[in-house]
Amino acid sequence: MTKILAVDDSSSMRQMVTFTLKSAGFDVDDAEDGEKALKLAQSNQYDVVISDVNMPVMDGISLVKNLRQLSNYKFTPILMLTTESAGDKKMEGKQAGATGWIVKPFNPDQLVATVKKVIG
Amino acid sequence: MSIDLSQFHQVFFEESFDGLDIMEQGLLNLSTDQPDSETINSIFRAAHSIKGGSATFHFTVVAEFTHVLETLLDEVRNGDRAVTSQMIDLLLKSVDCLRTILSKLQAKKPVNKSDYKPIEDELTALIENETNSDSISLDSDPELNDKKSMPSKAGETIWQIEFIPESYIVRTGNEPIRMFRELESLGELTVEANTSKVPYLEELEEDSCYLSWSMTLVGDIEKSAIEEVFEWVVEDCQLSIEIVESKSATEENERKAESSKPNQSEDNVHADSKNSSETKISVDTKSTIKTAPKLSAGSSASVEKQLSNTAESSEEKSTSTVASATSSSIRVGIDKVDSLINLVGELVITQSMLGQMGEEFDITKLERLKEGLMQLEQNTRELQESVMQIRMLPISFVFNRFPRMVRDLCGRFDKKVDLIITGENTELDKTVMEQIGDPLVHLVRNSLDHGIETPEIREAAGKSATGKVELNAFHQGGNIVIEIVDDGAGINREKVLSKAIERGLVQENQELSEAEIDQLIFEPGFSTADVVSDVSGRGVGMDVVKKNINALGGSVYVESTPGVGSTFSIRLPLTLAILDGQLIRVGSQTYVVPLTSIVESIQIKSPDVLKIAGGLDIYKLRDDHVPILKLYDTFNIDTKNKDYHNSILVVVETGGKKIGFMVDELLSQQQVVIKSLETNFIAIEGISGATILGDGRVALILDVLGMLKRLSTKNKNQRERAA
Repeated sequence: MTKILAVDDSSSMRQMVTFTLKSAGFDVDDAEDGEKALKLAQSNQYDVVISDVNMPVMDGISLVKNLRQLSNYKFTPILMLTTESAGDKKMEGKQAGATGWIVKPFNPDQLVATVKKVIG
Repeated sequence: MSIDLSQFHQVFFEESFDGLDIMEQGLLNLSTDQPDSETINSIFRAAHSIKGGSATFHFTVVAEFTHVLETLLDEVRNGDRAVTSQMIDLLLKSVDCLRTILSKLQAKKPVNKSDYKPIEDELTALIENETNSDSISLDSDPELNDKKSMPSKAGETIWQIEFIPESYIVRTGNEPIRMFRELESLGELTVEANTSKVPYLEELEEDSCYLSWSMTLVGDIEKSAIEEVFEWVVEDCQLSIEIVESKSATEENERKAESSKPNQSEDNVHADSKNSSETKISVDTKSTIKTAPKLSAGSSASVEKQLSNTAESSEEKSTSTVASATSSSIRVGIDKVDSLINLVGELVITQSMLGQMGEEFDITKLERLKEGLMQLEQNTRELQESVMQIRMLPISFVFNRFPRMVRDLCGRFDKKVDLIITGENTELDKTVMEQIGDPLVHLVRNSLDHGIETPEIREAAGKSATGKVELNAFHQGGNIVIEIVDDGAGINREKVLSKAIERGLVQENQELSEAEIDQLIFEPGFSTADVVSDVSGRGVGMDVVKKNINALGGSVYVESTPGVGSTFSIRLPLTLAILDGQLIRVGSQTYVVPLTSIVESIQIKSPDVLKIAGGLDIYKLRDDHVPILKLYDTFNIDTKNKDYHNSILVVVETGGKKIGFMVDELLSQQQVVIKSLETNFIAIEGISGATILGDGRVALILDVLGMLKRLSTKNKNQRERAA
């Protein structure tokens, strides 16, 4: 089963993402900041990582940079959750090694469609 | 797939309110000289989260408002804009405004434009005022409009796509084969790989991409749909997408004729969205994504508006089906839950031990049975304490609103006040907490309005220009005590007394101690403020404060020294759900008296009972005179013992007044769980509730304050009858 790691400091977003992806048949773990996500990623192998950009402790950009340093996350799709106003953040995320982005607001269908785009 | 987003609304509201609190705290701590970047960041993050959530859950008004707010905060965060106190004021107002909107949304009430528009305009004005960046303009981007109004030019088209990725492409997690798969879903795809750049094996790096591809794609496809596939890699490759052959000219007309048919290519992408309105939403949003890099920040607002139009109808539908969202929840520390689980574990062990013993019980195991039962008792008690702990929250939940309030009020009164908060971690039952908020607000306002003097008067009186208001909370016995201390002018006793005489609250020749005069301010219709301000001083405050606190089973008391200041002390029970009770017997009935209100219990000595006019008996307790309430009389109980000689007097006190209950016997002291009479029966004055005793009988819990009232009305009636 495809394992996904969802990272967001907002618990409503995290719950929505987790619930949606679980309903779509994925195995989902979640974390509330980059540091916790990184720890999870080191002890588990995820097929996709979906992360918010603005988070306390460790933000999404640093998380991507750190993940790409790990040998088993070299090619893993990493999607950033961004808002449309953060155009420069998108580029920053790309430079850090993010695969793509999902623009907030998104609905559950878009989320699942986007995830399906990067797996398999 | 249909997922009901409303199930996340409650969480969204809760975290948004938390976010607003964080913003407010941050804003209050933000200094204009040296703004702390971590504080600004946390304010920004909170606004950002609210915006993201509200947009996702279709609260468009909130999303639009926070968008403007975020834009401003982003500039501050990036150092493009200096923090001014005017800006902080506006941001604080915005926080209030958001709180109002969110509360309304949570209660499923309509949000009026007047609720937020003025502040939103102010924010926009502030942003536009000092910025030349056009990216903030709220008007929708003309480019977007162009794109939208552009007629779709598609038909059966043959596209030629050249895709030459940079060698590092796979290291961004973008796998070309997935893109091909996606293109394939759009139409008929032929892919040809160009291997000319692949090096010799020894020079080959395994994580680099040396291939490039030429593709032909045939189908009714728009260019934007193809571009979307490559959206994430546009910067990491050379890409050309060209039309080789188009049959669109004739077919376009046909398409126009059946314009109601949804766009096919988009439908393929969202093959699983069946609901037509949902499809529409996703199409709209897609256009945001497609044009996003070129879009100005503000133009999203118009897209969101469109989104909301489609979403609104479905939201209205859900309103009727979803039950009131105001059911409150409680946030509990994980350690409390862990200890609870631990205790339940122990309980299960004890239960299984007893169960095992019961299966093969003989009298030799009696000792062990007793031990087991004792253990069970302990488990139960600990479990009860643990569960009660869950309802306990630090009082900072209430205290946190005061820094803001004091700041606002200082501005209004032209006073300078330092607010000092101590004991904010003192824990209090959630229900008590919810109801103590308003009385506290009133008392703090009162201290600022009437207590603290203006800086000029203070300096003239030899005090520092900046006044001091302290909020303290601490545990004392089974109570929590909250103190509001100010170093203001104190209570003007002459004024209070003359006012009280004028109002007929006291007789002119009545002798009152200083403390008694001070307590007069809690009497109904009492205000000594020279100028009635809109903050306090309408005289409807203090008596309501006192009433509310009494209703919680608490008391309020003021101490004051003229020229030095006043101290208001509120004493509250820690919880409303459990009570330490003294069980008493009257005839065959058992009653519960709250232990905290009992001063002492004594054997009645007949000579000390004084009979006074109106049929009232008074007990002479040392220097005090305590009216006696015969409980058998009050509750109409047939008891053999109507004589003082064999009875016990339980002296209780509330709000500085004492009363003695005449009872037959004192039974045990125990914790009782309060069951509300009101929800199951009706409210009765003098009875605060009922409880179920160990033997299954019901015992009424006496409400001391209510009993006092009963006594005084009884006296009045009797006096009137006598007259």
